[in-house]
Amino acid sequence: MASVGAVTPQQMHFAEPLPLQSGASLRDYTLVYETYGTLNADRSNAVLVCHALNASHHVAGHYAGQPKSDGWWDNLVGPGKALDTDHFFVIGINNPGSCFGSTGPMHTNPDTGRPYGADFPVVTVEDWVDAQARLIKRLGITQLAAVLGGSLGGMQALAWTLRYPERLRHCVAVATTPSLSAQNIAFNEVARRAIVTDPDFHGGHFYAHGVVPKRGLRVARMIGHITYLSDDSMEEKFGRERKSDSEELNYSTQDIEFQIESYLRYQGDKFSEYFDANTYLLITRALDYFDPARAHGGDLARAFAVAKGKKFQLVSFTTDWRFSPARSREIVKALVDNQIDVSYAEIDAPHGHDAFLLDDPRYHGVMRAYFERIAQEEV
Amino acid sequence: MTDHDNLHAIASLVPEGSRVLDLGCGTGELLAHLQRDRGCTGYGIELDDANVLACTRKGVNVIQLNLEEGLNLFADQSFDVVLQLETLQHLRNAERMLLETARVGRIGIVSFPNFAHWPNRLSVLRGRMPVTKALPYEWYDTPNIRVGTFADFEVLARKNGLDVLDRFGLQDGRIVRRWPNLLANVAVFKFERR
Repeated sequence: MASVGAVTPQQMHFAEPLPLQSGASLRDYTLVYETYGTLNADRSNAVLVCHALNASHHVAGHYAGQPKSDGWWDNLVGPGKALDTDHFFVIGINNPGSCFGSTGPMHTNPDTGRPYGADFPVVTVEDWVDAQARLIKRLGITQLAAVLGGSLGGMQALAWTLRYPERLRHCVAVATTPSLSAQNIAFNEVARRAIVTDPDFHGGHFYAHGVVPKRGLRVARMIGHITYLSDDSMEEKFGRERKSDSEELNYSTQDIEFQIESYLRYQGDKFSEYFDANTYLLITRALDYFDPARAHGGDLARAFAVAKGKKFQLVSFTTDWRFSPARSREIVKALVDNQIDVSYAEIDAPHGHDAFLLDDPRYHGVMRAYFERIAQEEV
Repeated sequence: MTDHDNLHAIASLVPEGSRVLDLGCGTGELLAHLQRDRGCTGYGIELDDANVLACTRKGVNVIQLNLEEGLNLFADQSFDVVLQLETLQHLRNAERMLLETARVGRIGIVSFPNFAHWPNRLSVLRGRMPVTKALPYEWYDTPNIRVGTFADFEVLARKNGLDVLDRFGLQDGRIVRRWPNLLANVAVFKFERR
């Protein structure tokens, strides 16, 4: 199916400070974003797509002259695709704190004149939504047709309905959760400890030393990667397949013996080449903190009371043990308790959490049907 | 699946503007009708992927769940009407689901194939399990793991403290009030918790 083709990221600068949940504020920041499709005359067809842990504003299409630069949700977003850019105006925004162009730890801290590093303020899902809301407003869009996101992006989509309910009509939240479980926080903590205990981390100010805590980033990525896949899909892809063709074992604890080790090391190496360690710490912390029920005594239904009148589509995947279907059902229950319009699809896909990035026909069928419904409502 | 005429007969039991939960809502046809023509709101529950998709296409709220896992998602008496049409006979825990229906809804409406319909009786008299429009499966590959009769349901309802508000048979969209246990292939009960 067709792609949106070559795209160019844009920048928007904000001179007014962004107050953060922590009480700190981000003064003078820039956001990078991309748009696909055309905003209609009454500015009613805009869909914001929120990115997940290690993605960016680059949702669909590719960069000119870079054939391998497909956006991370290119299988979903484009002309004739489930989120059809022939109808919708799709916006991808890079969040503050990211390492993909928006103001983040690698940028200069105006207070010190050197890179923020570990001094970049802790940002939350809600802070990101506030930043996105400003950009959307500047684009002249008073109400989004929908906010869509998977995983951490799904949290942002949910947070939109709680912070700016009057500024969107639909929330599409895929493979997400109302809060991380202890197990999830534990995985994040292991990843963070791998990074901060890397001798090249230098308390987060490694930029000045001309080094990158690559060892930590590699381990963090390996841990993450394991949790995004299902046991079955790993078994199918790698099983106990050996790295060498030889029948003999090497009897080495240091060398790569199995294919899965080789794969994880490759993924870790690739990741450590392009991802920023401080960003990884910030984003995993934002994941840990997200918990809209917290402000309501742990009552998620009370948290969603403000979202009355919004319409929700939730999707989970049966083999996603990181953000399991049971967690999505908690959100469904909170919405049902408020008599809010919600549909929920529990897709029996084998791939684990990563399924939200793949084009399983049942999953994409539901997404297409829901966006067609949104498109019809506008007329 | 409820056929079209039966569906309208059952829809007429649902008060206008009701908040409705439709257990085993299939393609969402009844809910779409209730939304459009009777100003109802609510959700359908469905397990089958293709049916879930059909509901989404129709603009019907659908929640993909296995009814065998119960209705924990829903609070007591949170719906005006809970529908369980042509669904009960597929459930292993049919009695528990009936109680759940009465817990979640102020009114429950249940329909199921009536095994005591006269052609079925004739078939059994001849020594064979019936294969009819309402029970279109051979005995060895039927999804209907519960078969019961109009009269049987009355006993079950009484046993579970349900007050039957209305009951009738349905035959090709016609309401059968005279000898429904003999003359109708579908049984319909409207009840509430005592």
